[in-house]
Amino acid sequence: MRVIYEKELRSYFTGLTGYLFIAFLLFFTGVYSIVLNFSSFYPNFEYVITNLSFVFMVLVPVLTMRSFAEERAQHSDQLLYSLPLKMPQIVFGKYFAMVTVFLVPIAVMCVYPLILRLYGEVDLLTAYSSIFAFFLLGCALMAIGLFISSLTDNQIVAAVITFLVLLFCYMVTSIVDYVSPASLFSFTAFTVVFLLLAGAIYFVSKNVWLAVVVFAVCEIPLAYLYLFHMITLAGAFQNFLGYLAIFSRTSGFINGVFDLTAVVYFLSIAGLFLFFTVSALEKRRWN
Amino acid sequence: MIEVRDLVKQYGDHIAVDHLSFQVEKGCIYGFLGPNGAGKSTTMNIITGCLAATDGQVLIDGFDAFERPMEAKKRIGYLPEQPPVYPDMTPLEYLRFVAKAKNIRKEDVEAQVASAMERTGITHMKNRLIRHLSKGYRQRVGFAQAILGDPAVIILDEPTVGLDPMQIIEIRDLIQSLGKEHTVILSSHILSEVSAVCDQVMIINKGKLVAIDTPERLGEHFLTKATIRLLLKGDETAARAALGALPEGVELTFSPSEEAGTVSVYLEMPHSLDVREQVFHACAGAGVPILSMESKVATLEDVFLQLTAEAEGAAEAAPPAPDQTPEPEPPALQEDKPDEKEAQQ
Repeated sequence: MRVIYEKELRSYFTGLTGYLFIAFLLFFTGVYSIVLNFSSFYPNFEYVITNLSFVFMVLVPVLTMRSFAEERAQHSDQLLYSLPLKMPQIVFGKYFAMVTVFLVPIAVMCVYPLILRLYGEVDLLTAYSSIFAFFLLGCALMAIGLFISSLTDNQIVAAVITFLVLLFCYMVTSIVDYVSPASLFSFTAFTVVFLLLAGAIYFVSKNVWLAVVVFAVCEIPLAYLYLFHMITLAGAFQNFLGYLAIFSRTSGFINGVFDLTAVVYFLSIAGLFLFFTVSALEKRRWN
Repeated sequence: MIEVRDLVKQYGDHIAVDHLSFQVEKGCIYGFLGPNGAGKSTTMNIITGCLAATDGQVLIDGFDAFERPMEAKKRIGYLPEQPPVYPDMTPLEYLRFVAKAKNIRKEDVEAQVASAMERTGITHMKNRLIRHLSKGYRQRVGFAQAILGDPAVIILDEPTVGLDPMQIIEIRDLIQSLGKEHTVILSSHILSEVSAVCDQVMIINKGKLVAIDTPERLGEHFLTKATIRLLLKGDETAARAALGALPEGVELTFSPSEEAGTVSVYLEMPHSLDVREQVFHACAGAGVPILSMESKVATLEDVFLQLTAEAEGAAEAAPPAPDQTPEPEPPALQEDKPDEKEAQQ
């Protein structure tokens, strides 16, 4: 794993990508800090963090798009497969290299609360736990980006899809409140989601029966619930969308609560998508 | 060294590799020969662990490539069709990376990298970005990567494609020098290359092994007839009279030639029979001057065309019997192949 990690880290800094990522993140941190802390005199660095999370939508794709897409495009993935390396070692090596790049601006951010403290009372615990949450959020999003990059051999496609997925996750926070909690709506909405899922499965596997079976397995319990336990579906789609709202999970930290469920949530998202990445690459060896 | 048993690779309905079995012995150079889409690259990708097989077994030095991939991969160096290099690295950085990934001991890395660069002749390019190297040099960097760590088996997928003639000769020399210490498997569709470099040839078609033997013996086995083409001065009756006394088994075909006052004769005989001297004496005795005599021995190309064409015909007509002995056919005469013909005048 270490050898992949070193190679990736080096390539982030021999090219522009690493510098771009760090520079932009620090630039926006500086801008928001000037606006909120130094012009508006808020002593709360966590406000900067709240406002900053949208930059991930652009910066995460920049960092993740090339990781596997480029390997495939230049055929160097065959080298990785033929070397005595295990697939998880390759994936984790690449992932930790990204996380390391991300740690650079995070380290710089950690200086801000100390600077603010020179001029007044600062709640350091809240500030640092917000930075920690920001870091975890970034890690979770990078795992998603890494997974998307493993699906295509075109960096641009990987970047655009990652951007759209993150945009959706970002928007969902504000959509959630306007979604009807009615059971009928939940039923319809879930049916649409399952249809899309079945469609995606058909698209990937070209197997009609697999798609039909998956759809049936999802839809039958749903129909059962709708017909006999209608009440359980009330608000269910709303809750489901709530799970997708990754960005809003930092709100607890920003309000001064060290939210352990959010930590578990971020780590699970990261773990899940790293697992998906390994599976996607393993699957590629099968066809 | 390598044992492939009943290997199957299926893509949907398409069978790329169809119950392929063969064994590769230590210290030989093997040539993998087959038309496009025969399953050469697929087989190589499976042996090296880049692809998973649908069914079957690959043993490398006794280690199952699917069950103990780490042990198996340590024993293989692989150069895929496209050299798997990183354009943003220099050859030196790249080879150091591969050396570490191959678990070469830290203190040996520099020496191994230096020797690999020396053997492939890229030492003077070691600090340039691979992006700026020519195709030939990239191929060599890929080569250096494959031989790092002294793997027992080196697998090369079309190693000379895209190189200029000088580079092809150099790469061939390199492959031959590698063959002294390693087992080498290379795939190619250039037949003269395979017959020049390889000790053993495997001909594969539609995912099946059609033949495995030395290049010379393949020729003897599959083409049982030899041919001679003569250009004689005079007319057909004179030529017939002159060649009438040739031994049993020589078939003669006469045809008018383009040159006025000459006749061209096509002789077909069993492979074991060499009648060139007799032809000379017969013609000299009869006073019919020989203007040219070309004897054609079977080339790998003929064997290849014959075997693959046969498999094609068999596949269309009936389910093919894998081990059928091919019916020999007269090889077609080819123009302008000086290295494979003996010309006498």
